[in-house]
Amino acid sequence: MQVERDEFRRRRTIRSALVAAASTTVLLGGATALVVTSPGWERVRETYFSWDKAVESFPAVLDGLWLNIRVMAVCAVVIVALSLTIAVMRTIRGPVAFPLRLIGTVYVDVFRGLPLLLVLFLLGFGGPALNLSGLPRSALFWGCTALVLSYSAYVAEVFRAGIESVHPSQRLAGRSMGLSTSQTLRHVVLPQAWRRVLPPLMNDLVSLQKDSGLIAVLGVIDAIRAAQIETAVDFNYTPYVVAGVLFICLTIPMARATDWYARKQGFHGAGGMM
Amino acid sequence: MPTTKPLTAGLAGLAASIVLLTACGAPVDEEPTATDASSSEPAAPDCTADQLETYADGVLTIATDDPAYGPWFVDNDPSNGQGYESAVGFAVAEQLGFTAEQVEWVTAPFNAVVSPGEKKFDFDLNQVSITEKRRNAVDFSAGYYDVRQTVITTKGSAIDGATSLADLKDAKLGAQVGTTSYVAITDQIQSSEQAAPYDTNDQAVQALENGQIDGIVVDLPTAYYMTAAQLDAGVIVGQLPAASGDVEQFGAVLDKGSPLTTCVSQAVDALREDGTLDQLAEEWLAQQGAPELS
Repeated sequence: MQVERDEFRRRRTIRSALVAAASTTVLLGGATALVVTSPGWERVRETYFSWDKAVESFPAVLDGLWLNIRVMAVCAVVIVALSLTIAVMRTIRGPVAFPLRLIGTVYVDVFRGLPLLLVLFLLGFGGPALNLSGLPRSALFWGCTALVLSYSAYVAEVFRAGIESVHPSQRLAGRSMGLSTSQTLRHVVLPQAWRRVLPPLMNDLVSLQKDSGLIAVLGVIDAIRAAQIETAVDFNYTPYVVAGVLFICLTIPMARATDWYARKQGFHGAGGMM
Repeated sequence: MPTTKPLTAGLAGLAASIVLLTACGAPVDEEPTATDASSSEPAAPDCTADQLETYADGVLTIATDDPAYGPWFVDNDPSNGQGYESAVGFAVAEQLGFTAEQVEWVTAPFNAVVSPGEKKFDFDLNQVSITEKRRNAVDFSAGYYDVRQTVITTKGSAIDGATSLADLKDAKLGAQVGTTSYVAITDQIQSSEQAAPYDTNDQAVQALENGQIDGIVVDLPTAYYMTAAQLDAGVIVGQLPAASGDVEQFGAVLDKGSPLTTCVSQAVDALREDGTLDQLAEEWLAQQGAPELS
């Protein structure tokens, strides 16, 4: 009886695998056939998937990507520091801290509401126009400032959600052990909050990596801009595809690294620490 | 086995629908028409308004980008006939036998003009320089304007008063991205500083005002416009020497293999021969001497 059952289950497994394979083949094959039999395919292939053009434009695009990576790395550090400060400001209790909470709330409301491109233009072209002595005029500096200001508003909200998701009993337990408010925050609340918000933080980091290219509107050359310059030579759009592939190659390892780090940290979903 | 029926049926349905989809998705190729003029024929194709295969019947659809800049267009309105390219557009239309009422101006972003896919216009006038490499992607008419690249700056800047390309060696120069002006910075001037690309000329002007760049490279008519109207203390440094002897020209952009290319080219050539182009350039692109950089 049991042997028959096993045999039956094995057959079912094999069959569902076969069916899955067949349906995938039919679907992908159909989609591919649809694309490659379309009358414009030949021209699209030449324009977007030209191997020669890809090889030719690769060094320039890679050079641009290096700027993306540097901008992302520098901004990410500053953003974490600034947004954590804002998040803590917004979660401090007590009437005396009201101005801090107010400043934090206004900041988040303003910079979450402003489109990033608008902040870039306002700061990137308006900032240097102020002619402030002591501040650099470089497009890179002002572009990074705009990125930091915009992104910190988002990330501050992520951190605040993390901080507030830590159960009040944790804070009370810390205080009852004789830790001060700031010590409780540092040793009890923030470590737990940090672990919980790691995945959404990662999401924002990937988003930042892509948006770092937006500073190109101020006259610096990132991967997309480099691709655009390469494209203008002969109106062949392959460099854009090259840039896209490079960005994906950058993102996937970052995502895997986060998963690994989260597992190592013993990541449990919200409430798992209770 | 009764349980398999819905699944098999579903699969069959899926396959059938994909086949159908493929069938719908592959449009029938356009039938080749007799007027698909291969340019090897000496006989001129019939370039009259009623014979041309225009995008919209009985109307000549001309595209340009938005915003449309002076001195090529006036008041961001291509259809008013003012500005060099607007005037050229109407003159070409007239050559082909269209009245001014039969000319329709549409907006087409530069990328939409040069990427493959259906074009929603007959030709595009947007200061696009003709280069051999670009011919792989689009058709060009004959050139309707001879381009000279020019360096402009503001009074008292590092390159104000430069007289040779050597004086520009260490200058930080900007230009609109994807233009031949931008390429001129890297290829002709070979400045040691990274050339700064901007999305629009307006942003390059802003950066120059901010002192983020020393100068801008643009075509000569735009240089006159910028120094006169956009910059507070703009000066023209000078024109770049013509690159490698061949004259750079602006041409109308048409879809690759467009049936109109030959006719539009003939119209432009006719306008050049009868002096109309010179006259329009005189009217809209007033030329005062800009020194030549050695």
